[in-house]
Amino acid sequence: MGNSVATDAHLVIPSEARNPLPATDSSPAARNDKAKRRFLLQLRALLWKDLVTEWRRREMLLSLIVFSLLVLLVFDFAFDLRRLDMPAAAPGILWVTFIFSGVLSFNRAFAVEKDRGTWEGLLLAPVDRGAIYLAKLLASLLFMTAVEAVTLVLFGAFFDVPADIPRLAAVVLAGTLGFAAVGILFAAMSANTRAREIFLPVLLFPVSVPVIIGSVKATALAFGSSEGEYPWLGLILAFDAIFLAVSFAVFEYVTEE
Amino acid sequence: MIAGVDLTKTFGRTVAVRGVDLNVQVGETVALLGPNGAGKTTLLRLLATLDKPSAGQLEIAGLDALRRPQQVRALLGLVAHQTYLHPELTAAEDLRFYGQLYGLDSLEERIGALLAKFGLTERGNMRVAALSRGQQQRLALARAVLHDPPLLLLDEPDTGLDAEGMGVLEGLLRAGGRTTVFSSHNRAWATALAGRTLTLMDGQLGGD
Repeated sequence: MGNSVATDAHLVIPSEARNPLPATDSSPAARNDKAKRRFLLQLRALLWKDLVTEWRRREMLLSLIVFSLLVLLVFDFAFDLRRLDMPAAAPGILWVTFIFSGVLSFNRAFAVEKDRGTWEGLLLAPVDRGAIYLAKLLASLLFMTAVEAVTLVLFGAFFDVPADIPRLAAVVLAGTLGFAAVGILFAAMSANTRAREIFLPVLLFPVSVPVIIGSVKATALAFGSSEGEYPWLGLILAFDAIFLAVSFAVFEYVTEE
Repeated sequence: MIAGVDLTKTFGRTVAVRGVDLNVQVGETVALLGPNGAGKTTLLRLLATLDKPSAGQLEIAGLDALRRPQQVRALLGLVAHQTYLHPELTAAEDLRFYGQLYGLDSLEERIGALLAKFGLTERGNMRVAALSRGQQQRLALARAVLHDPPLLLLDEPDTGLDAEGMGVLEGLLRAGGRTTVFSSHNRAWATALAGRTLTLMDGQLGGD
């Protein structure tokens, strides 16, 4: 069994090394550096865990891609997209698809942890709650971006809508960031409720209206719409900055009982 | 190590823990006994700061557990009904993940030593999902002591363990050097291992 004294000696941690907070006798700059390094290491570990578990499960990404394609198909059946003025209709259709798949992704980010009980394991560890928020946000962004990329490629192939690709990519990334910044925060809140699948969109949609409107309008411009050149991308970026900062700051409070 | 005064926890109209005063000295091993629904799990969750008491005060290692839960959590290891393990990760990966969250040094050495101590060396590269319930419970015990916590809280830690696993658990409980509070339905087994036993009935504590 290897239950020897020599083996156990590896497992003893000196009490001075046990405190998760930097020692108070070091300089403020050294404490700051140590805290930053610790934060980044925790963030890396959390992100690695989310990506590896999803890669090995292969549940969410494939399901989201299939779901997005089904939403596009429903729109096609409902409106016969080839007869519509596609540059005008495409932004709304695309963002409805992105938003629906995003909500599923946010819900899964916490539902899986809650259902298998690993969420409490995370809360018990002396890990910065901001690191948990950023890791969940980055993982969701990666999944959503992958789904959006596949959706856009297939949408372009099926409907042949001319677009300013770099501009479209910038708008989709910025809009997704803002939507996910709020979505991850509300998903953490709604994960504690019984009706989390309903609760999340009810909370999320009203708050994210500015970024959704901005994203649809900015996407229309990328598709060559002749509407006014209101700085929609600037509005989206401002929304991103504000809600990233607020969500990061308050995440600790929503994770406690 | 633990000083709880008038600890009460209610869920709606149900009182799960009712006015519990609890004092556990440093290095003590205390067994919580009682029938199903007596409040053992709820009391352990209060001590682990996973739930906040509806009333009462709690100090752990001199820290106010209600105001500074994160600092208290760094000092404790918990084995709960759920293992807190990730089915898609291997046993070693799961320990490494938690070790990185705790910012542990010499992590690979620690993981190797813990896998050996808990009889899981040959299972280190197997996914958690492929481990038996008993092996998962051993890994959960290894995860709980990974950061060498001075306080160990174990909720029915013998769940699913075979004879070999029980030997490892008993070794852990007898090793000393840390404060341990564990719950069990097995009075004879718990009494043999604990320095003191406490019985919960309907959320209220009675000494033994």
